[in-house]
Amino acid sequence: MSANHAHEHAESNRLYLVVWGALLFMTVVEVFLAYIQLPTGPMLLILMGLSVVKAGLIVAYFMHLKFEVATLFWCMVPMWVLVMLLLFVFFPDSFRASDLRFP
Amino acid sequence: MQSHGAGEAGAAAWDGGVAPFAIPSKKLGLWLFIVSDAITFAALLIAYSYVRVASVEWPKPFHFYPSIIVSSVMTFCLLTSSITMVMAVAAAKKGQVGSAVKWVFATMGGGLAFVLLHANEWHTLIEEGLRPTGNAWGDTALFGATFFALTGLHMTHVTVGVVVLLVLALGFKNGKYPADYVEIGGLYWHFVDLVWMFIFPLVYLMSAVVG
Repeated sequence: MSANHAHEHAESNRLYLVVWGALLFMTVVEVFLAYIQLPTGPMLLILMGLSVVKAGLIVAYFMHLKFEVATLFWCMVPMWVLVMLLLFVFFPDSFRASDLRFP
Repeated sequence: MQSHGAGEAGAAAWDGGVAPFAIPSKKLGLWLFIVSDAITFAALLIAYSYVRVASVEWPKPFHFYPSIIVSSVMTFCLLTSSITMVMAVAAAKKGQVGSAVKWVFATMGGGLAFVLLHANEWHTLIEEGLRPTGNAWGDTALFGATFFALTGLHMTHVTVGVVVLLVLALGFKNGKYPADYVEIGGLYWHFVDLVWMFIFPLVYLMSAVVG
């Protein structure tokens, strides 16, 4: 959890390549799940879980947020999550919207 | 993450001399843009999910071959352009101008490949009768509306990113821009990649048809 700006360049390049490999691997897993046609519920859960992990890897390593001052993270990410939760407030309505339609 | 951290600009906090985030103001500006853009895309994805769940029928026009395979290749292009962007930023920070410009051009190549494959896919779907107002499969018209809105906004971001990278590469080569600018352009590029990590599963993989 410390800033490694003076890190060995070769080693940090290797870290980025490992992250890249992990992102590609998770993408292949996602495509495989689509191929075997997992049921919608588990499929959505696994896909979104993997996507959040991928987004976290990109933000932490490629965008260097892990190596910035912690204040930056705390000022941006929690408020984004809060906005997401607020957007989901009305989502349950979608489950009954088709029943409410005029025949 | 560092727990300590104010930048040391030599002046007291009350004089405005302290940078609490310890990053250049342009980088902070781009981070704030990214957060607001992330909310925009998230709102669109949630709206897409909402109308999809609320619809009785939802078309599944993406056959595993070619649609899913091609969109997987597009994902590969974007992910790979992210790693070349990382290399460009690392080279720029070390002052290796030639190498940095080369990596930025590789990144642009990945972005262009993505846009071309995507445009071709749009073309195929439009030929099959998909419109923002309806489709030939007789299912809900909202599929076309949400598909074009989501992927169109993302494709616009990629296209803008390619232009921005070109300007940055030329400016950095001429010594007009510092290495920081390459890093800030890279932040935007990685964000565009990140957004695709949600559009790809939600729009494509959830509508895949095998066989």
